[in-house]
Amino acid sequence: MGDLTHLTISELQAGFRKGDFTPADAVRALEARIQAVDPQIGAFLARDFDSALAAAKKADVSQPLGGVPIGIKDAINVLGEQCTCASKILAGYKAPYDATVIARLKAAGAIPFGRLNLDEFAMGSSTENSAYQITKNPWDPTRIPGGSSGGSAAAVSARMAYATLGSDTGGSIRQPASLCGVVGLKPSYGRVSRYGLVAFASSLDQIGPFARSTRDCASLLSVMAGKDPHDSTSLDLPPEDFTSRMTGDLRGIRLGIPREYFVDGMDPRVRAKVEEAIKTCETLGAELVEVSLPHTEYAIGVYYIIATAEASANLARFDGVRYGHRAKNPTDLLDHYRRSREEGFGSEVKRRIILGTYVLSSGYYDAYYLRAQKVRTLIRQDFTRAFETVDALVCPTSPDLAFKIGERVNDPLRMYLADIFTIAANLAGICGISVPCGLVEEKGTSLPVGLQFLGKPLDESRLLGIADAYEQAGAKEILAQIP
Amino acid sequence: MTEYLATIGLEVHVQLRTRSKMFCSCAVEFGAEPNTHVCPVCLGLPGALPVMNEEALRLTALAGLMLGCEIGPVCKFDRKNYFYPDMPKNYQISQYDLPFCLGGAVPLHDLSYPKDAQKMIATKDKKIRLVRIHLEEDVAKSFHMETVSGIDFNRAGTPLLEIVSEPDIASPEEAFAYLTVLQQLMIYGGISDADMEKGQMRCDVNVSVRPVGTEKFGTKIELKNLNSISGVRRGLAFEIPRQIEILRAGGTLDQETRRWDDVRGETTLMRIKESAHDYRYFPDPDLLPVRTAPLVAAARARQPELPWEKRARFVADFGVSEYDASVLSDDLEMAAYFETAAKGARKPKNVANWILNDLQSALATASLGIRDCPIRPEGLDELVHLIDSGVINSRQGKEVFAEMFSTGKAAAGIVEEKGLRQVSDAGAIEALADEVLAANPGPVADYKSGKASALNFLKGQLMKLSKGKANPSLAGEILEKKLQ
Ligand SMILES: [Zn+2]
Repeated sequence: MGDLTHLTISELQAGFRKGDFTPADAVRALEARIQAVDPQIGAFLARDFDSALAAAKKADVSQPLGGVPIGIKDAINVLGEQCTCASKILAGYKAPYDATVIARLKAAGAIPFGRLNLDEFAMGSSTENSAYQITKNPWDPTRIPGGSSGGSAAAVSARMAYATLGSDTGGSIRQPASLCGVVGLKPSYGRVSRYGLVAFASSLDQIGPFARSTRDCASLLSVMAGKDPHDSTSLDLPPEDFTSRMTGDLRGIRLGIPREYFVDGMDPRVRAKVEEAIKTCETLGAELVEVSLPHTEYAIGVYYIIATAEASANLARFDGVRYGHRAKNPTDLLDHYRRSREEGFGSEVKRRIILGTYVLSSGYYDAYYLRAQKVRTLIRQDFTRAFETVDALVCPTSPDLAFKIGERVNDPLRMYLADIFTIAANLAGICGISVPCGLVEEKGTSLPVGLQFLGKPLDESRLLGIADAYEQAGAKEILAQIP
Repeated sequence: MTEYLATIGLEVHVQLRTRSKMFCSCAVEFGAEPNTHVCPVCLGLPGALPVMNEEALRLTALAGLMLGCEIGPVCKFDRKNYFYPDMPKNYQISQYDLPFCLGGAVPLHDLSYPKDAQKMIATKDKKIRLVRIHLEEDVAKSFHMETVSGIDFNRAGTPLLEIVSEPDIASPEEAFAYLTVLQQLMIYGGISDADMEKGQMRCDVNVSVRPVGTEKFGTKIELKNLNSISGVRRGLAFEIPRQIEILRAGGTLDQETRRWDDVRGETTLMRIKESAHDYRYFPDPDLLPVRTAPLVAAARARQPELPWEKRARFVADFGVSEYDASVLSDDLEMAAYFETAAKGARKPKNVANWILNDLQSALATASLGIRDCPIRPEGLDELVHLIDSGVINSRQGKEVFAEMFSTGKAAAGIVEEKGLRQVSDAGAIEALADEVLAANPGPVADYKSGKASALNFLKGQLMKLSKGKANPSLAGEILEKKLQ
């Protein structure tokens, strides 16, 4: 039977269906791997092998994801399980309902399993902002796995999960996927229901999968996508098989290379790997076209205004009145609010709540929030224009390799730059995916580099087809080298 | 001595009559066990999202149409941010710069004023202009016990209209009339039950005074805890002279919020208004802007006859007086009752009289509403018809009515059962007349000598002899003829 943890979901399912092994075997393999590896990595905040095993024993492997265990970011509600958002303010909080994606995964036979670490309330790019633990990069445990979905990326990278769910508000799936050498997909805004994902920035958040193949991401998306009556911003579209355009080549595809995404400050080794990957795309038949996204430089500024503004309201509900951390012996209501939130939130969350409150304040609203919305429209138009001439864009996912734990914690601005290539996609509502495209030797360890493809809104099928073609040609070996 | 004018603006909140809440599918039910109509959405649990209640949007459009508001092509929802324990998300989903309805007006009419003030209306047919109507979600309800507070979230998320008037109201009586008409319109449209006792309609009042002849409004004071329409009138009737007195004594007024104490009949200071609160409104990213056209079309299809239209029609179609038409149309169920009863009546005015006199007093004595009336409107019509066509006389009618009211039986059945059929057969009455004249030579002589009142005595005797069944006017005619 061998070590099942090396398998992708499609390989796993083939084995289930042939009777080579069972879903229970798949869960036990994870259990052994997690017990051996997670003490060094720290991806999981909670895990319950017994209930996963019980579900695996009842699994119907003929279902679309029958018997497949899926790790879940600890910001997505799973009935009866903790949902802390890696925050003290939700310590001990148990979800009383299933997020829509969880309900859909369960209905397709998948087994939501384990709670994965993140930056508190998904605010961060390194998973160092978790109130509970630091997750390490499996390629080099002295380095960060990226964030905010660092636990989800690290778990897949370290073979502690076959696939996981994360959420991407400004790059929180693609950036850690890049730094951990796995595949991470951010669907278009509205493609996947947000109901049950604890909101960070409602107009930017999307749930998406991590896996060790593009195909696996596609099959997870096929199950999760679709209109949800509980989310007004989810779009009513016919069901799709997102693996349908996986032809293995890129003939007839016009790939745009955005000039602004190859900046001087980026790691030259990352740049070299990405340029090499783009050549591979050309040999696969893609036509390369240089394009411009002129408002790119404003993306980070716009993002930190809109995301924090929305977050300041979204996080107001954490007040210790109905649930969550409650300060002891408050002298009055104001004292209760103040201390419950003071004690419950970490410093990055507080920084963003304060920033968001400020940009919405009367007298500043027009100068910041309203202006940011206007620039957001310009950024969206950049992409619309680019997509008039190309089918997809190709660029680096992150300007850097995984950096050292602690290296940027006291430099929030530098930390914010980690998302420089991913943020605009959220502002524009388009889809994006990060696929490994190379390894760079750094002080005796190999660190992965990610290649990002960006697609038109709701053009996931084509995007996944492109990413899969590249993966077959250029990423397979890297994915196979996962530590 | 300086004379002062009062300026009053009202902010009315009306709970919409929908089956479910504004942004979730929890039932709206007054008086349910605390926290039994709650879900992740209306409790503000992590990850929950709001979804709009279409019926609430349609009812808002209907309110806009009925009040003559302007409804823009698109409206949107915003988050109003402030911390309060009865607000689960610590922001309220409301509407800021693109509300559902703008403008519009509430027309006052004589009968909408308090009864004792209907004779001294300052401005006849005054219209109170509206600033706007927007849709939002209601908050939960806090209960303060000895050492702890409890929160009932059943109310949280109930669709709520906020109706803001221009400061066009000049007296407590006009405020009373405004609220009366508004309440009536809400009920007419099926928009809200608008019961102030149940908190389905709530009212905040802003009032200021200024010397006659000056333009600038005085210091605005807000009144809270006004729990009935007459309470609003009483609160203002206390507050306006209070403000005037202070100004006349050379004092100044602070911008403050005062609480009306209905038992003690006075307003007391709640808080001095601090600098305006910054609610940091911004568009709710969880909800898409709303196109109003289909909602307005749906609302137009169910736009009811307005109270003033109904009054005019009652006068024109049924020949009732303006006053009676007003009273009958005051209550929608009463109006429907009248209309059903009067539809086939030969003299609808008589139906109206029966309703306004005997029926209303019987209902009042029995403490029943028109909804629970034991006599169906068709039954009342039948009774009036029996009287108008001379089958029974009006005294018998009252007897039949009482029986109908207590037993619910039909009029014709009671007439049969009790043998109450009026005798209108001239031959039979002539026989009775002969008998009466023979038995009463004295009164006959009196009549013949010019004492006209003797005829009434003789008529009484005839009625008695017929056991009340004789047609009284026919009996009078026959007696008179025989005495000539
Ligand atoms: Zn609810």
